[in-house]
Amino acid sequence: MAVASNKSAAQPAAVRRADAEQAAEAPDFNQEQELRAYRNMLLIRRFEEKAGQLYGMGLIGGFCHLYIGQEAVVVGMQMAIKEGDAVITGYRDHGHMLACGMDPKGVMAELTGRRGGYSKGKGGSMHMFSVEKGFYGGHGIVGAQVPLGTGLSFANRYRGNDNVSLTYLGDGAANQGQVYESFNMAKLWKLPVIYIIENNQYGMGTSVARASATTNLSQRGRSFDIPGEQVDGMDIRAVKAAGDKAVKWCRDGNGPIILEMLTYRYRGHSMSDPAKYRPKEEVDKVRTEHDPIEQVRSRLLKKGFATEDSLKKIDAQVRAVVNEAAEFATNDAEPDAAELWTDVYAE
Amino acid sequence: MPIEVLMPALSPTMEKGNLAKWHKKEGDAVKSGDVIAEIETDKATMEVEAVDEGTLGKILVPEGTNDVAVNTPIAMILAEGEDAATLKDGGAPARPQKAAESAPPARAEQPAPAVNRAPAPPIAPVAAAPEPQRQPEPEVPEGTEMVTMTVREALRDAMAEEMRRDDTVFVIGEEVAEYQGAYKVTQGLLQEFGARRVIDTPITEHGFTGLGIGAAFAGLKPIVEFMTFNFAMQAMDQLINSAAKTRYMSGGQMGVSVVFRGPNGPAARVAAQHSQDFSAWYSHIPGLKVVAPYSAADAKGLLKSAIRDPNPVIFLENEILYGQSFPVPKLDDYVVPLGKARIARAGTDVTIVAWSMSMTYALKAADELAKDGINAEVIDLRTLKPMDTASIIESVKKTGRVVTVEEGWRQSGVGAEIAASVTEHAFDWLDAPVTRVSGKDVPMPYAANLEKLALPSVAEVVAAAKAVCYR
Repeated sequence: MAVASNKSAAQPAAVRRADAEQAAEAPDFNQEQELRAYRNMLLIRRFEEKAGQLYGMGLIGGFCHLYIGQEAVVVGMQMAIKEGDAVITGYRDHGHMLACGMDPKGVMAELTGRRGGYSKGKGGSMHMFSVEKGFYGGHGIVGAQVPLGTGLSFANRYRGNDNVSLTYLGDGAANQGQVYESFNMAKLWKLPVIYIIENNQYGMGTSVARASATTNLSQRGRSFDIPGEQVDGMDIRAVKAAGDKAVKWCRDGNGPIILEMLTYRYRGHSMSDPAKYRPKEEVDKVRTEHDPIEQVRSRLLKKGFATEDSLKKIDAQVRAVVNEAAEFATNDAEPDAAELWTDVYAE
Repeated sequence: MPIEVLMPALSPTMEKGNLAKWHKKEGDAVKSGDVIAEIETDKATMEVEAVDEGTLGKILVPEGTNDVAVNTPIAMILAEGEDAATLKDGGAPARPQKAAESAPPARAEQPAPAVNRAPAPPIAPVAAAPEPQRQPEPEVPEGTEMVTMTVREALRDAMAEEMRRDDTVFVIGEEVAEYQGAYKVTQGLLQEFGARRVIDTPITEHGFTGLGIGAAFAGLKPIVEFMTFNFAMQAMDQLINSAAKTRYMSGGQMGVSVVFRGPNGPAARVAAQHSQDFSAWYSHIPGLKVVAPYSAADAKGLLKSAIRDPNPVIFLENEILYGQSFPVPKLDDYVVPLGKARIARAGTDVTIVAWSMSMTYALKAADELAKDGINAEVIDLRTLKPMDTASIIESVKKTGRVVTVEEGWRQSGVGAEIAASVTEHAFDWLDAPVTRVSGKDVPMPYAANLEKLALPSVAEVVAAAKAVCYR
């Protein structure tokens, strides 16, 4: 499952994977797993496409960072955890919320700033939470979620349970100082936290090679003796296998671990990004050769786990869920003016 | 002439210490740089080195002596040719050894950094309540026994009591456990509650602040100690973006019940980066509560409230007040509600609004003013956010005059906020412009004379009060 761990991470994931030719190592999924992976990744893809559409229509404002291309990371990791485990991430967070089982209607309505949104319309794209689903945000400041996620794992250890914290960060955040402050404390206190670096190759418009003195981000914990590995983040089987291993490592009391997910975002950094910093061919190559959803789709068909017709049915179901969410988010009322003053303090 | 070795100060605010150990005995030769003794305070231990050469002629303060005032002679060093016998005969420049035990610290002998701002704390218990106006809390039942304790002890007791009643409360910060607190505020907590709940961190403010907030996301109630609030600037993003805003951004779904506490405000002779008041900074932020107690009773009662509060609370303590003693009600569960000011001294002619360390200027000024027939009302704000503007307004309606006192900078300070509020809500009652006494708008200088000038003073408060009274 570990892919190209000694190769430069400066090139797009697709190129590296082609060199490594290790994709076959990923343990196979059974039918139920493949179908679950397909459906959940597709939900994120379609949801994000719809969000992009609503943004274009002016229904979603501000910043909107789409997760398209990276779906295998969060869906695969979610398949490796259990009830009570915590998830926290940065601002590219819609996929994480859906993967945690949050209601697409509530997420989309938050994007449109409506009262039925998860934060009553007061948080927006980057600030949504669901304690019930174990999702702790949704954080808009690059890297800030890393000490917070470390704190979630601290709470698990304090309470003496065996839950873990999945703390996601991007390749850009991997250069923030507070990440290393967190690494140090996590290792010092053997906190059950999995740092998942979603390396989608670009921190906004700056490639990893132009921003990072060392580009193998999985090794960023070496100074703290935190193990790490690079994972093919476009292959959900590889993600789940790495996730299983990392979760066991944490639950067994070994402290933190780093998974660098080599992935790729198809869209710009945010909706307003023309993506001039990378050639279109680079994006096309990943989309056609390494798309995480297409990989599952072709396996489903090849193994006879699904037919074109049955997949079409899933596609239709997913579209219906997303359309329903969009409709709700479009028609739901804006928050009451009185909401301006609520939730600043708890009584 | 024999040379006196004086009790040294380990810090600018140290007034007394313990003579833990003598490394040399009478008759030993000493040369410059030799360690001759060990002294300790509630904060630190340090070795005393000889500066002069000669023979340790006489030990004036035996080892094991506690509470030796700074600058008390602790030994005599004889230069070559001098005879110890002259000392034993009492021929030396005799200084009564016992002076160290009960006399107030000889402040005048020190390079006193700011005499007016470090009031000699009452040493004897009887002197603990110098202002007769300092009333116990109205919520304290009649006849409640009062015990004298320092602000430091009151804070420690508040944490210990809350930790006993709620297992989710824990203390985390630099030097809070093994070292017992950089300022000894967490003294004894490790021993009672163990390493699970009293946690030393690396020097990593940004990191452990975020970690504490994350733990609060998960329902724990951390008390995060900043060694001083100067270092909290490293963590400002977490304090504001993660702690203050999460409840709102989550539509009320998720809260952050956490206390950030530690010394704030100018200390003595530590210069610009370690000497500043952040009251106004935090007061600016919706979602934070900001508390700044003056007395030990308030320190205890307010800290207990802050720990129970479901919101993030910035609890601003003051290094210079830590060692001062006050009467504290002896009750099983003494809690002071957040957001309520206290009339520390009732008066009719002018309202002086202060909090934390600035209360010391305000109360002294009120004494001075009384001599001139001006009866000042002193309001101890106690909580800066939410601010008890109502109590200020009520007082203004009686006095018609307001002077605010703060150690922080003037522009956009807490005093400016009070002035604006009074103007908005009590303009018709004002007989004079609201006047601010504040720290000067400069980085804190190191030099003793300049530092004194940069800080507010009792004289400035007196002058301001007289000015608004047209006297």
